[in-house]
Amino acid sequence: MPSINKPLIPLAALPTNEIGLTVRDYEGSMSTLCAGCGHDSVTAAIVRTLFELSIPPHKVVKLSGIGCSSKTTAYFDSAAHGFNSAHGRMAPIATGANAANRDVLYIGISGDGDSLSIGAGHMVHAIRRNVHMVYVIENNGVYGLTKGQFSASADIGSAAKHGEANTVAPVDPVMLALSLGASFVARSFSGDKEQLVPILKAAAQHRGLALIDVISPCVQFNNHYGSTKSYRYVREHELREIDPDFISTGHEIVADLPRDGAMMVAMHDGGLVRFRTLPADYDPTDREAAMHYVNRAHARGEIPTGLLFVDESVPDVHELNHTSETPLVELPFDDLCPGSAELEALQQSFV
Amino acid sequence: MTLTPTETDDSPRGGEPRINDFAVKFANVNGTGSASANNLILRAIFRMGVPVSGKNLFPSNIQGLPTWYEIRVNGRGHTSRSQHYDLMVAMNGQTYAEDIGQIAAGGFVLYDSTWPLPATLLRADVNFLGVPLARLCGDAFSGPRERILMKNVAYAGAVSYLIGIDPQVLADLLEESYSANTALRDSNQKALRLGYDYAEANLPATLPFRLRSDVGTKDKILIDGNTATALGCLYAGATVAAWYPITPATSVAENFRKLCEHYRRRKVTLADGSVETRNDFVILQAEDELAALGMVLGASWAGARSFTSTSGPGISLMNELLGLAYYTEIPAVVINVQRTGPSTGMPTRVQQADLLECAYASHGDTKHILLLPADPKECFEFAVQAFDLAERFQTPVMVLSDLDIGMNDWVVDKLSWDDAYRPDRGRVLSDVEIEEAGHFYRYGDEDAEFVTPRTLPGLTEHGAYFTRGSGHDRYGLYTEEAAAYADVVERLAKKVTASANHLPKPVIHSRAGAIAGVITMGSCEGAVIEALELLEQDGVALDYMRVRGFPFDSEVKAFLAAHERCLVVEQNRDGQLRSLLILEADGDARRLTSVLSYGGLPMSAEQVADGIRSQIQE
Repeated sequence: MPSINKPLIPLAALPTNEIGLTVRDYEGSMSTLCAGCGHDSVTAAIVRTLFELSIPPHKVVKLSGIGCSSKTTAYFDSAAHGFNSAHGRMAPIATGANAANRDVLYIGISGDGDSLSIGAGHMVHAIRRNVHMVYVIENNGVYGLTKGQFSASADIGSAAKHGEANTVAPVDPVMLALSLGASFVARSFSGDKEQLVPILKAAAQHRGLALIDVISPCVQFNNHYGSTKSYRYVREHELREIDPDFISTGHEIVADLPRDGAMMVAMHDGGLVRFRTLPADYDPTDREAAMHYVNRAHARGEIPTGLLFVDESVPDVHELNHTSETPLVELPFDDLCPGSAELEALQQSFV
Repeated sequence: MTLTPTETDDSPRGGEPRINDFAVKFANVNGTGSASANNLILRAIFRMGVPVSGKNLFPSNIQGLPTWYEIRVNGRGHTSRSQHYDLMVAMNGQTYAEDIGQIAAGGFVLYDSTWPLPATLLRADVNFLGVPLARLCGDAFSGPRERILMKNVAYAGAVSYLIGIDPQVLADLLEESYSANTALRDSNQKALRLGYDYAEANLPATLPFRLRSDVGTKDKILIDGNTATALGCLYAGATVAAWYPITPATSVAENFRKLCEHYRRRKVTLADGSVETRNDFVILQAEDELAALGMVLGASWAGARSFTSTSGPGISLMNELLGLAYYTEIPAVVINVQRTGPSTGMPTRVQQADLLECAYASHGDTKHILLLPADPKECFEFAVQAFDLAERFQTPVMVLSDLDIGMNDWVVDKLSWDDAYRPDRGRVLSDVEIEEAGHFYRYGDEDAEFVTPRTLPGLTEHGAYFTRGSGHDRYGLYTEEAAAYADVVERLAKKVTASANHLPKPVIHSRAGAIAGVITMGSCEGAVIEALELLEQDGVALDYMRVRGFPFDSEVKAFLAAHERCLVVEQNRDGQLRSLLILEADGDARRLTSVLSYGGLPMSAEQVADGIRSQIQE
């Protein structure tokens, strides 16, 4: 766990990944979140993901807004540039950074206040543009840093710490993303690293914006009886039927390959997602089916988790723009400035 | 119906006409296609070598409301707005009374005489010239749309005859404009001829004012400020633009797109042998201005030259992230084409009322670098300079243009480009430099101008840092320590102050025996310079200074110190430049007096001269 100080000298040699790094090389600074915070588990899952995918630590950019969730960008991959921006503004900043340099893995960490209230408009448009990034919402239903106000994801009837029940309909990022045409929609639970790591791996290899709504209980303000975002409630109501496994192949993938009766989806940037379990007749590449499945589960009071929907056929923001393969930041000035002769010629049209 | 012109003192019929010194106003209905006819006249005058300006006084409307266009011709290059109209082209029945009322005594009204003018509108001291435009076009063209559109071209033909535009120049312009559409070209030529021939046969051969070919536009171009700004962004090497549509800034981004599509596209051969087009740019139409600046910050932080273009309401939204950029030291170029505020204000009218907001945008202690162009040429130059300053000082730079500069056509010197120019990317460290230094402190190791080094994400293996808008120390680490916090923000203040020496110097004109100084900025320049000439003819000598950047440099302070009295001419209600001079250039409030125009239309020299006169007579 990143929130626990590690001995300087490991007792046993740590395993290394394909580029000779250990999991330590993907860690960040000490967490200042509360002990037991779900967000620290998400951080640990991200560290594990980056390590197992052997991503060069400096080829990652971490972005966040403001709030408890947004602090977590400091707690993983300290060799990567991080940007803890303004409340709700992670998505536009990630969009701009991605426009400038398409050659980096962008991981945006946001919260339910950040993405479903103050920055909801930005999240919506980042999804529409299919910005090539991993977009994690650490969703706990409350404003933690300001001590426990309901957020926009609080369910009707869910009780606050002091007893009052929420009366306003929630914004569900999963249904919102599905209806907006998002190309990768997942929900997971911070207490379930076994499920979260494969989802994160698939997200990192996804062609565009991968939205992952992680229910991440707030141990201080929203982990009590009566809350629908407590560890206990989520464990009791989780519907974990769509369970992905990520298989990194390192080889070019030609097509979707059904094997052992399990469904496989090839990710755009390499790797295969194999669905270990799927409900009968469920197709995670069928948007309507996913929306129907999630709606039905909600109606039963269940929280469906897993990689709910994935579509690798949707072009990302750069493909739509036909942007140069070379990141814009690496284009030499001489290629960008038309020069004096062109200016002279152009001005013939201004007389 | 053609009334006999009235003889007046101002109408030297039979005498020599006034050459290259008059103004024409066109009263039109928005959305009827008059803009291209008016622009045709403007360009023809320019091609005849005579300095000219065109001011579009338009409503916030797509179709139906009254709209006006003013052309001022002045052989000596005074092309600020004139409110002395020699010829009114009255094409809008809704505004006949207002338009006819504005004509100078002895002036002329050109109107559509298909229908008679109500007798109540006739003025004895004004000459009415009737051209039956609707009838001429109704007879010559079929189709209701064409008949309406071609009326504009027909009046352009009549006006050309009256003021002496060379018909060949007009024919050439139409040929160039419609080379891709011969049918449209032919209709235009025909309509132009209709108006011209009718005027030649029925209207007076000489008016008391007239054009004569000259060489006053040699080595000059006719360009609007937004096009010039977009061109500056292209030449500066900007690769990412993010924007939200807003009048009067929209054409900055739209022109940038057009330019990029022409100059920044490459054909590449893919692995499978197919050829595709690749864009060396990304233009993002954002969900709002807040997002637009967020995208610019992301791109600039990642190392691209990036900008956004907006107007006052957009700046209001951008305040939050301007503070973030200032505090986290991220370059950003913001083009603010100012319009009339506050709130929605008058979106199609001009003002210079965003100065104080831009200077101190965002909560907390902030101060921003501003560039204040006066015309499209400076829009081009300052746009380039804005990127150098933003990257050199790692902070937002705002270019404060306005609607008059941005959307109207101005005659300016040809733009020039030095091929030796290389962008100043500021202090960006490579892996080798970090290794040599032995350490990297994002907000430490400041240079002589208090700028600290940065690294670009993903481009170096070392030197990663954490950008945060929360309290940070010189190492970029989170802090709530008073001293560590102050260490950073005090350096920021010094850094922005140091930038003053790199900004464009003020333009200063001194006169012998000056009794006071006149200070102005931006698009006021033309009217103020002409006003000072008018006042000089009255024996009132005044020194002139136009500030072009903020923070103010020593020359601005010296001008203030050297003048017992200064008049500050600007287009806002509250005298914002005056306030800024008091706050930031040691200006003495008792020695600074405002001369203001803030109704939303460009200033005229007479207005400025009257304002100055009334102040110095007090």
